[in-house]
Amino acid sequence: MHSEKASVWLKAAAWGGLVFLHFPIFIIALYAFNTEESAFSFPPPGLTTKWFAVAFSRNDVLESIGLSLQIACMATLLALLLGTLAAAALYRRNFFGRDSITLMMILPIALPGIITGLALLSAFKALDIQPGIMTIVIGHATFCVVIVYNNVVARFRRTSHSLIEASMDLGADGWQTFRYIILPNLGTAMLAGGMLAFALSFDELIVTTFTAGHEKPLPIWLLNQLTRPRDVPVTNVVALMVMLVTMIPVLLAYLLTRGGEDVAGSGK
Amino acid sequence: MTAISGASASPAVRSAAGRFADFLYRRPNFYLLLLLVPPLLWFGAVYIASLLSLLWQSLYTFDDFTMTVSHTLTLANYTQLFDAANFDIIVRTVVMALAVSVFSAMLAFPVAYYMARYATGRTKAFFYIAVMLPMWTSYIVKAYAWTLLLAKEGVTSWFIHGLGLDAVLQFLLDIPGIGGNTLSTSNIGRFFVFTYIWLPFMILPIQAALERLPPSLLQASADLGANPLRTFRHVIFPLAIPGIAAGSIFTFSLTLGDYIVPQLVGPPGLFLGSMVYVQQGAIGNMPMAAAFTLVPVVLIAVYLSMVKKLGAFDAL
Amino acid sequence: MTTAVEFSSVSRRFGEVKAVDQVSLKIAEGEFFSMLGPSGSGKTTCLRLIAGFEQPSDGYIIIHGRDATGLPPYQRNVNTVFQDYALFPHMNVLDNIAYGLMVKGVAKKERLTRAAEALDMVALGEYGSRKPAQLSGGQRQRIALARALVNRPKVLLLDEPLGALDLKLREQMQSELKSLQRQLGITFIFVTHDQTEALSMSDRVAVFNNGRIEQMDSPRNLYNRPATAFVAEFVGTSNVLSGSLTEQLNLSGKSFALRPEYITLNSSDEQQDIRLQGRVCDVQYQGANTRYEIELPGGARVNASEANSILSQADAPRAGDSVTVSWHSDAMIELQAQAGER
Repeated sequence: MHSEKASVWLKAAAWGGLVFLHFPIFIIALYAFNTEESAFSFPPPGLTTKWFAVAFSRNDVLESIGLSLQIACMATLLALLLGTLAAAALYRRNFFGRDSITLMMILPIALPGIITGLALLSAFKALDIQPGIMTIVIGHATFCVVIVYNNVVARFRRTSHSLIEASMDLGADGWQTFRYIILPNLGTAMLAGGMLAFALSFDELIVTTFTAGHEKPLPIWLLNQLTRPRDVPVTNVVALMVMLVTMIPVLLAYLLTRGGEDVAGSGK
Repeated sequence: MTAISGASASPAVRSAAGRFADFLYRRPNFYLLLLLVPPLLWFGAVYIASLLSLLWQSLYTFDDFTMTVSHTLTLANYTQLFDAANFDIIVRTVVMALAVSVFSAMLAFPVAYYMARYATGRTKAFFYIAVMLPMWTSYIVKAYAWTLLLAKEGVTSWFIHGLGLDAVLQFLLDIPGIGGNTLSTSNIGRFFVFTYIWLPFMILPIQAALERLPPSLLQASADLGANPLRTFRHVIFPLAIPGIAAGSIFTFSLTLGDYIVPQLVGPPGLFLGSMVYVQQGAIGNMPMAAAFTLVPVVLIAVYLSMVKKLGAFDAL
Repeated sequence: MTTAVEFSSVSRRFGEVKAVDQVSLKIAEGEFFSMLGPSGSGKTTCLRLIAGFEQPSDGYIIIHGRDATGLPPYQRNVNTVFQDYALFPHMNVLDNIAYGLMVKGVAKKERLTRAAEALDMVALGEYGSRKPAQLSGGQRQRIALARALVNRPKVLLLDEPLGALDLKLREQMQSELKSLQRQLGITFIFVTHDQTEALSMSDRVAVFNNGRIEQMDSPRNLYNRPATAFVAEFVGTSNVLSGSLTEQLNLSGKSFALRPEYITLNSSDEQQDIRLQGRVCDVQYQGANTRYEIELPGGARVNASEANSILSQADAPRAGDSVTVSWHSDAMIELQAQAGER
């Protein structure tokens, strides 16, 4: 690093940027405690925690949370399986078609969500598949694979290949090497990838609107609340919760992969 | 140590898993195939097949009177894209996407620059997390936060009033094309929301690009007599361009396909994403919706080929 | 004496590149055998072929009387000490050493006892519960050695194991390795690009170049009777005499190796039957020796090296001086044009 100091202006602009990024999040947290029932006036006239109790006694809220957790878990498991397999296959060997396979995995998050969503919907319609939990999971797993893949493949590349050779040299066959050497080394990367996939799935809205049918996972529940603003306080509380549920796994994923070049989340 | 002598490798009875592992070891190509089959099957059967089905259905015919889709193949949907009304939608969306990309690059640069060149140790880690967290937090919650911020009597108007900037706001809202009655029904408001939501996607690639620029280069430039401004213009900025281009891929593509923000904030008038959503949902015209999805794909492809020249892919 | 490892016309190709080209060799049981050569000469590939990480494209490999062709690494009674040590970062030192025993199904109590013994053998008994990251380079090296030896391999492969250590530690490890090998009687196959290391430790050395063995011999013979110009110049330093110079000596068409220390300057020794007049071009003082570059009539240049002594300092030749160079004709070793078996 060079020794010169950042100018006051640059420092102010940088910290100002951070404030800009976090101010709306702070506002969400603040309004969850707002005593006012149907308006957004600022500053809030008073603070209370009563809306949390109200929100958690609402059946539609609880159902949506349960549904979203269920979907995120299933999509994460699928993504972990597929992403880890793909990483194991692609990290070292270069063969014809390898780049096409990586491109194919990136496409679902590189293309706008409406394309993935509409494409899945058109296929489900063509096959007469009724949209429901399974169709949502299929959609989420498709764009979560690359998140797991990115994390795991980075760890594979960082793990010296001679570890695998050393294990086989010491008498471990492929299965034992996988179980005792590869898996423990990949563990945290898989966990980090899985958490990011979970966070991504939990609050995904765009693809979900196309594949959900009549199901109401949490983001869709929230969206419906916004276009028909009835019970604002409950919406505020749920918004804060969604935010926390996505922030915590992302933070954990960062801590798990810190120190390596494969810092999670650097490529959403 | 004298215990080490003689052999002890016992090729004992090997388990089924062990024998299978032997088999795979001797046939690396088969092993590779075995690993690849599940992901390939998934992406082939689910994703690629869906995309093809979408493309195929864009050729179906939609009957405006009976509101039904028939399987007669036609290119009419594509010619309809160039109708004046549809073309307006495309232009409106692209202009917004470009404006958002430019503005978020301007906001992102100082943050990224400070992160890459001045912040060290804990400050750097703090900045990194502070940028990454808003990037990953729920999209819908962020959009919702802005409806709170921009609401009448809301936070923004409170601050503007408090700072005595009402006249400035009114002046901005009176500009035709970008103004409107209130912030939340104006294009300015929509523009701010888009910029906010995609900003982290711009900061991180720029930061990564600046991070790669060796300090010795700056010292060399200073050594050769360039003042800081010239160093910035001729050394730092050109080297940050791949990062900006990479970030703009995200901001451009994400704005292009969005249909939630236009629904929540800003004046009436459809966006590309909303058009797809409306065609498919309210009208039930899947062929037209499918044809519309091709527009962002083509636009993004064009955009990618442009920014590729700026070295965006090296900075991804 | 039984043969530990035998190569029979073994080749290994990577696409168009012949990393190992028709190599045949026999390594006796209990031998300390070195594979010496520059990087890319095929020595490491040979080691990997013995370990089973690579399979030969042609020819076959026999390890202790058993055809090893197609055998995966985990079915060979051979262990490797890796260049980067390849210690498992998530296991402590004791578990690292016990790993080979664990995967072979040795009971926990026995394998921990044996691992502890192996740890004592490399004088790191206290370090069993440390993680590899908490050890110094030299300590990791010893752990890697213990991890390989605890399996009682018939052949131990060492892939430039001392390359990452500093000079003092390297010399210490060289003598420790040598005495360990004598004590255990295990065949050691040692890959290195450092000729001093190879000469000082080995019973026999194979010099590799371009995927082939240039010469395979005892260190003494390798140094005194190099077979080819490559060996002469790679093992120690050597003058290679050919062309106009050999014509002057009535030996045209042949080429010879001549070690710099066998050339004397302004000597009155009558036994030195070859005498030429030359001019000193350059003098390099090297502490124990002084090296002279001398131009001979006809333009050929040779290097001569003389041991420094207190007495010789004053009248030592300087650059530009005329000198008489002389050597004994027996010091000239005739070289083969091509690599061949010896």
